[in-house]
Amino acid sequence: MTEKFDSVIVGAGPAGAAAAYTMAKAGLNVLVLEKGEKPGSKNMFGGVIFRHHTEQFAPEFWKTAPIERHVIEYQYWFLTKDSHVLLSHRNQRFNNTFNAFTVHRAKFDPWFAKLAEDAGAVLLNRTTVEDVIKENGQIIGVKTDRGDVLSDVVIAADGVNSMLAKHAGLREELPAESVVLAVKEVIALPRQRIEERFNIGPDEGIAAMLVGWGSGMHAGFMYTNRDTISFGIGISLSDLDKSGERPHILFEQFKNHPSIAPLIHDGELKEYSAHLIPEGGYDYVSKIYMDGMLVVGDAAMLVNAINWEGTNLAMTSGTLAGNTVVEAKKKGDFSSRTLVGYRKKLEESFVMKDLKKYKDAPKFFSTNQHFFTLYPAVANELAYRWHIVDEATKSERMKEMKSTLFKRRSKLNLLKDAYHLWRIMS
Amino acid sequence: MTQRVMAIEDKLYRNRYKVDEDSHLWIKDPTMCLKCPFDLRCIRVCPTDVFKWEENKVTITYDACVECGACRIACYDIGWKSPKGGFGISYKYG
Repeated sequence: MTEKFDSVIVGAGPAGAAAAYTMAKAGLNVLVLEKGEKPGSKNMFGGVIFRHHTEQFAPEFWKTAPIERHVIEYQYWFLTKDSHVLLSHRNQRFNNTFNAFTVHRAKFDPWFAKLAEDAGAVLLNRTTVEDVIKENGQIIGVKTDRGDVLSDVVIAADGVNSMLAKHAGLREELPAESVVLAVKEVIALPRQRIEERFNIGPDEGIAAMLVGWGSGMHAGFMYTNRDTISFGIGISLSDLDKSGERPHILFEQFKNHPSIAPLIHDGELKEYSAHLIPEGGYDYVSKIYMDGMLVVGDAAMLVNAINWEGTNLAMTSGTLAGNTVVEAKKKGDFSSRTLVGYRKKLEESFVMKDLKKYKDAPKFFSTNQHFFTLYPAVANELAYRWHIVDEATKSERMKEMKSTLFKRRSKLNLLKDAYHLWRIMS
Repeated sequence: MTQRVMAIEDKLYRNRYKVDEDSHLWIKDPTMCLKCPFDLRCIRVCPTDVFKWEENKVTITYDACVECGACRIACYDIGWKSPKGGFGISYKYG
């Protein structure tokens, strides 16, 4: 027997669950298929979820949801092999109005998907979708390892590797330069020790980005959880290939950095994970609607690589896709004529506006990797010289610092870099 | 502080897997590996050492795979699908 639903959603992550919640609330008959043992079993991120976007689904969710800590401080580390310059922002306002929460996805995603279930959606775990079912160019359902399911609209929320979007013919294989390989460890430490090492109170957390430690545009990340630290690195897959380096070896080098090692010293490894992040930006968002199908979240490449945002784009895209299907149901038209509304809504939202704004950023930074290597090195060198006390007078010291700077980067190039950075970011 | 490099096997045994009998990874055309145009980058980019070069062929230890997809993007000769429902990596933290 083949069941028919108004919508079948493939993947119970933030995007899929948001879509399911939206449609179930509107009274649609919704099925969510999750290939993992439960939602989140296959998911990994830095990372944080955001108050603003999550509370659209559950007001004051932090009182009941499985969150770890709320972020009160953002840190930006500029490293060399044996030194660092640290820029950070801590604000007590983050204690009054929460902005972001660190979470473990294997714990948060089931809770978030439960909201969709409570709204009336049916969640089926341990079910892998193998293909789409197409009829006259229209997607009318999916083939799973438990049988076929039919629906008016299929929503592909199956993450960065979205085989569904490929099966449907919406996109080709991802180009290596459009994805970042993230490798992460969850490292356990007693709760109190984390609070001491990061100078934070109970429930308070930090989010950190670390650059300059590798040979190119390598980024590190660090998030404090309740009694673990999420600690990892991200490297563009094409850079990784060119460098000839192994991801886990790079990661071990990073962990052994003298500025970093004391933070995780004596910690116990709880989990080792790896995942791709679609960081290509606007130009890599392929076709995300067709007759009978929509693509949301990472599957649609909706990640803001500049501000390190993803879960909020996922939730918003899920909601907008859900709203579009609700409209389509009212009209009784599930062709792309109606479903194009999803793309329009997405373009009008912060999701595509932000991606569009930073459209040129991924390419710019990947062809100007000195922002991740030369500038951290220069910043550290200048900071070092500024603090050295010896026979040199302060004017001699300033002269020496200027010549250090201009030797590494000419005045003209410094101006050019500042101009380009301004153009990209503003 | 002394440099300590942890072996990948020591990391992986912390993970929870439910191993399927059938591999979800395969080489589509093994003869291609003998003249690999990519310098066997499937081996290099994999974060869990799934691929090895043994006796003139690429071997696959699929039970170590965390399903990131890097190998599939690195080489079109790699067959890649999701493990059967409930199988494969099952993160406890994520």
